Amino acid sequence: MANKIARVPAREQEPKVRAANFEEVCYGYNESEAVLEASRCLNCRNPRCVGACPVSVKIPGFIARVAAGDFAGAASVIAEDSSLPAVCGRVCPQETQCEGSCILGVKGEPVAIGKLERFVADWTRENGGAAPAKAEPNGHKVAIVGSGPAGLACASDLAKLGYEVTVFEALHRPGGVLEYGIPEFRLPKDKVVAAEIDQVKALGVKIETNVVVGRTVTIDSLLDDEGFEAVFVGSGAGLPKFMGIPGENLNGVFSANEFLTRNNLMKAYREDYMTPIHAGDKVVVVGGGNVAMDAARTALRLGADTTIVYRRTEKELPARLEEVHHAKEEGIDFAMLTNPVEVLGDEKGWVRAVRCIRMELGEPDESGRRSPVPVPGSEFEIEADTVIMSLGTSPNPLIARTTKGLETNRRGCIMADESGVTARRGIFAGGDAVTGAATVILAMGAGRKAASAIHEYISGKNREQ
Amino acid sequence: MLTPLVCKMEVEAARLAAAALPGQFLIVRATENGERIPLTISDYDKAAGTVTIVTQQIGASTKEICAMEEGDAFADVVGPLGVPSDFTEMSEEELAGRRYIFIAGGVGTAPVYPQVKWLHERGVAVDVIVGAKTADLVIFKKEMESVCDNLYICTDDGSEGFKGLVTAMLEKLVLEEGRQYTQAVAIGPMIMMKFAVLTAKKLELPIIVSLNTLMVDGTGMCGACRVTVAGKTRFACVEGPEFDGYEVDFDEAMRRQGMYRTHEQEADHKCKIGRGK
Repeated sequence: MANKIARVPAREQEPKVRAANFEEVCYGYNESEAVLEASRCLNCRNPRCVGACPVSVKIPGFIARVAAGDFAGAASVIAEDSSLPAVCGRVCPQETQCEGSCILGVKGEPVAIGKLERFVADWTRENGGAAPAKAEPNGHKVAIVGSGPAGLACASDLAKLGYEVTVFEALHRPGGVLEYGIPEFRLPKDKVVAAEIDQVKALGVKIETNVVVGRTVTIDSLLDDEGFEAVFVGSGAGLPKFMGIPGENLNGVFSANEFLTRNNLMKAYREDYMTPIHAGDKVVVVGGGNVAMDAARTALRLGADTTIVYRRTEKELPARLEEVHHAKEEGIDFAMLTNPVEVLGDEKGWVRAVRCIRMELGEPDESGRRSPVPVPGSEFEIEADTVIMSLGTSPNPLIARTTKGLETNRRGCIMADESGVTARRGIFAGGDAVTGAATVILAMGAGRKAASAIHEYISGKNREQ
Repeated sequence: MLTPLVCKMEVEAARLAAAALPGQFLIVRATENGERIPLTISDYDKAAGTVTIVTQQIGASTKEICAMEEGDAFADVVGPLGVPSDFTEMSEEELAGRRYIFIAGGVGTAPVYPQVKWLHERGVAVDVIVGAKTADLVIFKKEMESVCDNLYICTDDGSEGFKGLVTAMLEKLVLEEGRQYTQAVAIGPMIMMKFAVLTAKKLELPIIVSLNTLMVDGTGMCGACRVTVAGKTRFACVEGPEFDGYEVDFDEAMRRQGMYRTHEQEADHKCKIGRGK
């Protein structure tokens, strides 16, 4: 019988303290908190949470084991469907997925599925959970482009089926957006990301860093010369967008990608790294997504007064509520219904201010959201020495350009069906490279679907022979 | 060491060497905590699986690279990056009637070499102007002599060759000696490329330049390398590094190149604070 208590809160670092460090914001549950929270689960006969999870983790199954104190057992239930539980427990938008469909959420607070998943993953790592068993090799080679969530999920599933999997990563550390995009204070790099990638490697997956597919090798050379029977493209959406307004190339204007990559992948915040970063004293971040929150909270931690400028109202912010809440707690200003029209520079070509215009919400557009319209004559300036553009990203065109027969849509996304099948036989794709920028978990879901499509393709091909 | 501040090294990188073409660059990280430093590829040996790079010591990271000794390994080497020079895509017929003049400045002489070599091997006429402050700072002289038709050295102090700027040499060749070229290529400091373009414009000579902008990833992800070309923002790392010189906004490019200058100069004593603080 489920325990009718309130949702157990997860402990967090004090906002004032954490605003000046890069340590993780949320401490997560300890054992007794996790067992208590797990006892709230109704263990529904038709669990809606599982259907709402892009990788279909058997949620009531693992929670029942947590409630019984069998944390290792809970970990093996999760491992059947997810290769990155410590990551997902931290960065998934649970409120719109598993927790969003939890029955308890109708009248009260849903079970804290994300925090429980995180607890199980952290517990397993700290208590030396069993290394995953390597599957018997089946003699077939698959190449994966990109070591982000899509690639890692695809690689794990294929390795479990006995495939010899090599993942090619352009940067010098694996992880994709987990490494270069999401900051340390939300997703610790060594403790969580590297540790989960080590688990993937333990399945037998090889990761080659510093290989830019499309330059160092091509998809065709992998297929024709290196003996790979199929390729999965999970190269993400790494191309930053800019606004196209005057002054955008002034010194001190950065893409969120550059700012975050310098700080996350290149560890600019650490004294022992040589990476330079320019945070300045007054930072304006343009945009309202999770990446904008990450950039703003990073700038704040580097010592800058930080303002987020967004053209709609707070209600329309695409970022997760938790991120907006954390950003506010830490002291970030939110200038809503505000849109930059020009970046203004000083005599040396550095940013000195952003000229903005007030917006108001007009008629709903095709997406159903009320579209912002400028209020004539309402221009004003916000003083700033750094501007960070966080307007979204699109897929890098390199792979599509260097692979004949791979089709893209007008947004530059690779065309692939639900299971990752592209216009080219033997080439599969999924994650942000196909959908445009989305979430870690959707990319993982796409990676898993592609893995089963690849398995079907290679099995079928060999039956024909 | 080619000069007290410029070092040349061969790096083992089989995949990279196999794919490299003239005009491309690579990125290295000397140590685990180092920066990603873009460097031009100055030669490659596909059979041996090696690439040659030339580094000029400017700040802390390039100093770290130049301090490396034979047998040391970089933490990371990635490439080739960028679009190869446009002539690598041309057919023999297209190349046949062409006459190239390369204008190389300082350490920019190194990436000119594989381009000249590539064209020379295909029988294309190539002259090269190399500019340096003094005779001691001229690099790749022997290598260049063996692959070009005419080599013209220019030094600021007249210690070797022509005393004066590379642009004056270019004018002299075209206007006084009546040399005819179909294409110029300038690689060197931004300021040299800016003036090479102005001279080429005057001579109605098409000119390509190779931009050594700031970069982090080198794959189109960060936009640190953005330059204005023909009024549009382009990413030098994936759409360049070579662009039509007539169309490049050099003043903006030079300003952006200096964005982290204070950091770079002060990195020796670990300065991470913002500008003017």
